[in-house]
Amino acid sequence: MSGQRVLQVEGLDVSVGRRGLLHDVTFSIDRGERVGLIGESGSGKSLTGLAVLGLLPEDVHARGTVALAGVDGNLLELDERRLSHIRGREVAMVFQEPMTALNPTSRVGDQVAEAILLHRRCSRGEARRAAVELLDQVALPAPAEAARAYPHQLSGGQRQRVVLAIALANDPELLVCDEPTTALDVTVQALVLDLVVRGVTARDSALLFITHDLSVVATVCERVLVMYGGRIVEAGPVEEVFRRPRHRYTQGLLEASDLEQAQEHTRLRTIPGSVPPAGRFPAGCVFRNRCTHATRECETLPPWTGPSPEQGYACFHPAHETAQVGS
Amino acid sequence: MLLRILRRTGILLASLVASTVLVFAFMAVLPGDPARVALGVNASDEAVGQLRREFGLDRPLAAQYLSWIGGLARFDLGTSYISHAPIGPQIADRLMVTLWLVVTAMVIALVVAVPLGTVMAMRHRRPSGVLLSALSQVGVAVPAFLAGILLITVFAIGLGWLPANGWTPPDQDPVMFVKQLTLPALSLGIVQAAVLTRYVRSAILDVMREDYIRTARAKGLTPTQALRRHGMRNASIPVITVLGLQLATLLIGAVVVERVFVIPGLGSLLLDAVSNRDLIVVQDVVMVLVLAVLVVNFVVDLLYLVIDPRLQVSSR
Amino acid sequence: MSRIDPGIGAAGEPLPVGGLPRRRAGASLLVGAVLVGLVVAAALVSFVWTPYDPTLVDASSRLQTMSARHLFGTDKFGRDVFSQILVGARTTLFVGIVAVGVAGVIAVPLGIVAAMAPRWFAEPLMRLLDLLLAFPALLLAIMFSAVYGGSTLVAMIAIGIASIPSFVRVVRSGSLQVLSTEYVLAARAAGRRPVAIGWRHVLPNVSSLVIVQASVAFAIAILAEAALSFLGYGTPPPVPSWGRMLQESQEMLFTAPRLAVFPGVAIAVAVLGFNLLGDGLRDRYDPKLEDRR
Repeated sequence: MSGQRVLQVEGLDVSVGRRGLLHDVTFSIDRGERVGLIGESGSGKSLTGLAVLGLLPEDVHARGTVALAGVDGNLLELDERRLSHIRGREVAMVFQEPMTALNPTSRVGDQVAEAILLHRRCSRGEARRAAVELLDQVALPAPAEAARAYPHQLSGGQRQRVVLAIALANDPELLVCDEPTTALDVTVQALVLDLVVRGVTARDSALLFITHDLSVVATVCERVLVMYGGRIVEAGPVEEVFRRPRHRYTQGLLEASDLEQAQEHTRLRTIPGSVPPAGRFPAGCVFRNRCTHATRECETLPPWTGPSPEQGYACFHPAHETAQVGS
Repeated sequence: MLLRILRRTGILLASLVASTVLVFAFMAVLPGDPARVALGVNASDEAVGQLRREFGLDRPLAAQYLSWIGGLARFDLGTSYISHAPIGPQIADRLMVTLWLVVTAMVIALVVAVPLGTVMAMRHRRPSGVLLSALSQVGVAVPAFLAGILLITVFAIGLGWLPANGWTPPDQDPVMFVKQLTLPALSLGIVQAAVLTRYVRSAILDVMREDYIRTARAKGLTPTQALRRHGMRNASIPVITVLGLQLATLLIGAVVVERVFVIPGLGSLLLDAVSNRDLIVVQDVVMVLVLAVLVVNFVVDLLYLVIDPRLQVSSR
Repeated sequence: MSRIDPGIGAAGEPLPVGGLPRRRAGASLLVGAVLVGLVVAAALVSFVWTPYDPTLVDASSRLQTMSARHLFGTDKFGRDVFSQILVGARTTLFVGIVAVGVAGVIAVPLGIVAAMAPRWFAEPLMRLLDLLLAFPALLLAIMFSAVYGGSTLVAMIAIGIASIPSFVRVVRSGSLQVLSTEYVLAARAAGRRPVAIGWRHVLPNVSSLVIVQASVAFAIAILAEAALSFLGYGTPPPVPSWGRMLQESQEMLFTAPRLAVFPGVAIAVAVLGFNLLGDGLRDRYDPKLEDRR
């Protein structure tokens, strides 16, 4: 791993009351790197994203360190004032639901311009022009007119592009996208994904891309983190993890979404059981109550196996132990 | 947008006509005859007959109705059965007094409720917010006339700072006007503030949970900035609805407070007319009050159009 | 106190920035029930026992202050205030029950019908009710009194009629929700008659809404009755009524302000009780209300 480190998350624990939601989450992202964070609903992906922006709800407590290039100190310990200077400038976020992410009573252009005015010294007029330019970059047709529109006059895909424009307005070091295309039509998804990738590439920004969709990770990201039960259970380059998953959960996830195999077996393989509610995961290996390979050993927490937090897995009975791949 | 305004105006006009029918029908189906009611049981048949002719009460109901609304349209509200004085100017004078009271109360309610409700929403999890919320709940349970009596006890009788009752027109003695207006306006205003505060609080709580507030914070706005720039306008929509409804309750609530503070407003006129059995005056005052409520509702609907751009387009 | 929704996070949705909702429904319900219970207890006790006859005029014991003999003192006629408060609770509850009963009996069927009826019927009906909203309870009651003279019955009916429009709205919107559920659609598809659907499916499902609305309407009825009695159009003397006690106290404010305090507190306690009860029940029946994002 070379290049300049942009984000370093270490030992992030998040809890509500006595219920743990995230445990010992550790990972890092370098400049220009695109990292996917995948997992089922309830695995803690979105919480991780919010923690990175310091946008966790009031009574949710986070411990550990979140360090961002260019920012002194631990993001988790900064006050709201300092954080507000960082958000939107060093780190920005695109959310899942474009239909509600924009203020319905304010013009789209003003909402983009606001992001610029907040962090740069420039006049209102300059900010407006920059906003139109940004709307053009995210391929909104007739950007000057779009800037004068209200959100309800735009489609879901167009609104999500506006949110992306807001996020990219100040060339952030890190862009966090939380399921940005899940709520969109399939036809629009590819376009928005392409805009995200182009946006971060042009700025050499780092990208943390949160999704449950493996194919999206495969097209957008270079590296992947697999999350389950509030823990990162496997990490590595996309190619490697998808081709040779080690953690039994990753394996199950891949099999469940592998269409070719599904056709062979005539029915889709699924992971048995369902995701427990947050904070109700078993002790030891969080996946053991759904895992067909679980043994008594799994009642203790499996250690991280691998050269670095960026590559490895936490499983006592990893898949593909030997070279022969399953029959 | 234009279509919407036209539609709303149509509804207003239809409601106005319907409410005149309603009020008239209500007063017309009375058992007994208004002339007899006005003159009392001991009046001679000739006196009653004369009054009936004088006021056209011997005509068919439809004719009476038409001449009444015909008069309304020309701002001629007829003459009192009792004093034989024209009602229109009397109502106009009294309405001014009531409007002073109601508008001042509304301003007090707004000035108290908007900041307080916002603070309550932003601290809804902390003890101070919960305490304020509980206090407002108590305030809602206090009727305005009770608040008036308590205020008189403390500020007029106990401390002697302000007069306990009375009314002076502003052009006669502005200082006295303000002194006498303060307690009645406060008793109406504080109680309304308690109600309004709860609506402001819940409107702001709702808005704070909106995704666009999170987007605003992700941009780099502090929670307070996000609320001020993106929340207030959206939160004002439900609050304005309540304001409209409250203005209606205030107009009626003023009736009782006017009685407490001996103020010659519309309410006193209504109550006097009821006890004098001057039914035409009752009918006119009720009509004016209902008309005021309907107009307020209409204005509220127009305000939505100004505030919410979604409405401006949907029917363009 | 701090209840945390286990569904949050588990649903994989981003947590609301405003924070996880925390409910005080339990507290509202408890305090509301206690206050309402207090009023009901006072009314019940008054049937079997009061320290004195509340209407007993005794010139020898006028305007006495609070003492062991007269817990809340006596008024200008020498009547025992505590006894009047107890019997006043009875009056208040009676007016509330009849007014809310009148409103409920008319409004619940009307609301369900308005939800199930075709547009040409429902639309004008709702418009008419909107118009009725322009006649608040107090105004309606004063109008009734102008015609029929002030009496408890007139007050109750006027207050009842005035609470119909909001009652119908609540029932109608609840019914519309029930009608759009799968099982009602299935029942309709199976050819069940509308009356049967309304009775078997809609009514039981809106009953919680009706109870909440009844509690809120009760509070409004108490306020209206107090105002009417204060103006002299409600319960006629000598039947004790909190509103009239307040009115009678007004001329004594200089000498005996306590006479205003007891009925005033009684009214506030009753209204607060029913309001809190309504709030608490609403949160209990529909946790989504506080919880929605």
